[in-house]
Amino acid sequence: MNNNKSNTLRGLLFGAGFIAVAAFIFTGCPSQQSMLDSRDAAEKVYVAPGEHDEYYGFFSGGYSGQLSVWGLPSARFLKVIPVFSQDPETGYGYSEETKPLLMTSYGFIPWDDSHHPHISQTDGDADGRWIYINANNTPRIARIDLQTFETKEILELPNTGGNHASSFVTSNSEYVIGATRFSIPYEMDLDVPIDSYSEEFRGALSFIALDPETGMMEMDFQILVPPYNYDLGRAGKGPSSDWVFFTTYNTEEAHTLLEVNASRNDKDYVAAINWKRAAELVRNGAGETMSAEYYHNYYEGNQGIAINVVKDQVTVLTPEDGQNFIYFMPTPKSPHGVDIDPSGEYIVAGGKLATVIPVHSFSRMLDAIENERFEGHVEGIPILDYDATIIGEVENPGLGPLHTEFDGRGYAYTSVYISSEIVKWSLETFEVVDRIDAYYSIGHLMITGGDTRNPDARYLVGLTKTAKDRYLPTGPKQNHPAQLYDISGDRMQLLLDFPTIGEPHYAQAIRADIVTPNVKQIYEMEENDHPHALLRVADNRIERDGDTVRVYMSSTRSHFRPDNIEGVRVGDTVYIHLTNLEQEWDVVHGIAIKGANNSEILVAPGQTKTMKWEPTRTGIFPFYCTAFCSALHQEMQGYIRVSAADSDVALTWSTGGN
Amino acid sequence: MALAALMLIGLYYQPFWTISMSAPQYPEGIGMHIHIDNVTGHNRHDLQSINTLNHYIGMAEIHKEDFWEFDVMPWVFGFLIAFGLLAAVLGSTKMVITWLALMVILGVAGFIDFYMWGYEYGHNLSPDAPIKVPGMSYQPPLLGCKQLLNINACSWPYIGSIFIGLSVMLAGGVIWLEKFKSNRPN
Repeated sequence: MNNNKSNTLRGLLFGAGFIAVAAFIFTGCPSQQSMLDSRDAAEKVYVAPGEHDEYYGFFSGGYSGQLSVWGLPSARFLKVIPVFSQDPETGYGYSEETKPLLMTSYGFIPWDDSHHPHISQTDGDADGRWIYINANNTPRIARIDLQTFETKEILELPNTGGNHASSFVTSNSEYVIGATRFSIPYEMDLDVPIDSYSEEFRGALSFIALDPETGMMEMDFQILVPPYNYDLGRAGKGPSSDWVFFTTYNTEEAHTLLEVNASRNDKDYVAAINWKRAAELVRNGAGETMSAEYYHNYYEGNQGIAINVVKDQVTVLTPEDGQNFIYFMPTPKSPHGVDIDPSGEYIVAGGKLATVIPVHSFSRMLDAIENERFEGHVEGIPILDYDATIIGEVENPGLGPLHTEFDGRGYAYTSVYISSEIVKWSLETFEVVDRIDAYYSIGHLMITGGDTRNPDARYLVGLTKTAKDRYLPTGPKQNHPAQLYDISGDRMQLLLDFPTIGEPHYAQAIRADIVTPNVKQIYEMEENDHPHALLRVADNRIERDGDTVRVYMSSTRSHFRPDNIEGVRVGDTVYIHLTNLEQEWDVVHGIAIKGANNSEILVAPGQTKTMKWEPTRTGIFPFYCTAFCSALHQEMQGYIRVSAADSDVALTWSTGGN
Repeated sequence: MALAALMLIGLYYQPFWTISMSAPQYPEGIGMHIHIDNVTGHNRHDLQSINTLNHYIGMAEIHKEDFWEFDVMPWVFGFLIAFGLLAAVLGSTKMVITWLALMVILGVAGFIDFYMWGYEYGHNLSPDAPIKVPGMSYQPPLLGCKQLLNINACSWPYIGSIFIGLSVMLAGGVIWLEKFKSNRPN
């Protein structure tokens, strides 16, 4: 009996011990491991207070319409640069100087959807002078100057629907490209039935020439192409740098329920375009001048006021047999991204409905063109034989491969949307070598120094579409995340996961030391050519011309001149031209007026900005400095007296002395 | 001796004094250089910033035009250079001694003048100053560093003063050599 009991007890103890050991084996070790990993990851992203990150990251804001700037690897948020949307925080799109930037042939548009920032390049490497970024909805491209981190120019693209395959630059910034995602009738304002799609609708691929000195854009020519959806584009590199590539989907030419109707064909196309040849044809008169209406908005000289130049025509090149500048490469299936590796040889398409990642070879493509290995033509465009251009198909890439970037060490990294992961694969064997989760549903990814001939390949950022449970919950609509991975080793390692602004659609990162030497600290007052600038404090004044009242006002710590204004009348249009006379880095002043139907206006040191105000009621209107500029910032205020429309209160102004 | 005199030409090109200030908000520092004929900022717009900051405590603005010294000093040093060269040409030890004595007297006078300006600048504050700290004055240090409210101000000789120092040493050397020579029995 006793023996039996003790055997049972021993058995129980043994069993408990076995479970404990098993528990330790299966859970103990991994948790310790993950602790070590976390510490390792934390060290890799730690940038001590006061020290600077190694990279600037420029993340598009997607439906915010803006561009956000981050320090990497710490993921410090640095700034939002307003581009296509009004920004009441800075007065962008509210001040008289910046409103013209948002003008289009459809009038003033306060918003757009910004997708693909792309840094200007020299010899296939990012040179950090400008960033171009596209507006998707009302097709435009903006140029942001990286000396001031401000939007300096916006060009509208005529006769284009959904400028998504944009704004990628060629390897010496000769061109920035744009394209139609939603084909529309090319002819301006054409009113036709939607089911005339195949006959009347067309796509337009835009080639915008860039000035090598100023980065300024000029619409050089458009190529008229069949009514597909031109989804993404990239310029070639090295041997392929005379070419650009666009993906297409909807070669079915559907115009309704595209989710079904545009997903029928097994293959769509990658369009390969020799832009140099196309430009030559245009120079030799092959293009046709067509009417168009589009806005070109930019700052002229140092006046600090954006101007609108309205263009009324565009050169259009329609492919014809024998012109040899455009080819279609069949590609499975509804491809999304098209990405060119650093050597310029591999053209990787992300077939979002495909079961493989197809890789075309640029040299094989040239051979196929030379040997005329065509499987047909469509609207004067040769379709190359799939087998003639394809060099590899990456098997088992996960579900929904979208975009690929490269590390310059022989590996490619593809974002995979549906299975929410990043797969790393070899450009030699076309086999997957590593994969890592993304949180959640990854769209674009980017590699530091990427989409150039010499990527830095230290970090990879995944730009994802939903946060779900990743952070403290913030209601039904949460900000979209990004994840930072270390890709310097054989295995990818997740370092950070952080929310961003809007939808971080695509991003680029550049070594900070390329950019920082050129960053300005102030605008020089000596160079301020604004027609309403106040160059000397003593010149502060008010001028009336009919119902228009112009206040020439200065701000220095801690007062406005003038700060007492009388004689403004209901019905007047008042322009407050505020010049910030400070010449010290980061000493910003702002102005806001009670009841003004406008945002505040922030003014950087040495700048002049104008607030338009139409008072509708009589009374005393306080105004004040909105930027906490100094110890006596709270005292930086003034009053404007508004009298009845028929009053005869004299126009006077003063500061102090009472 | 000619070398000693010619050394002073450097003063026309380099500031001889510097006042540097640091404060929490000015990690990059801010300050001014004093030349024999001008006062400038360490950086292009420093003087404007200094004047902006100083108006809070009621200090007068610093403008080159307000200093008679800048009109006189180039002539004084011109005279010293000419006098020194003349001494060298004539080979007169007495003139060298006179020259050196003049340098020392002018140096002392310069320091007194600088102190008086600093005293005036730091004490004669506008009654309208927004910030008044009872008993506080803002006289910058003559030599060395001093904490003035949030600002640590340092006052030191600058490159130009090296020329003055070398010049004085050379002149002293000349006198010493001449004395040594004349004392030697022959």
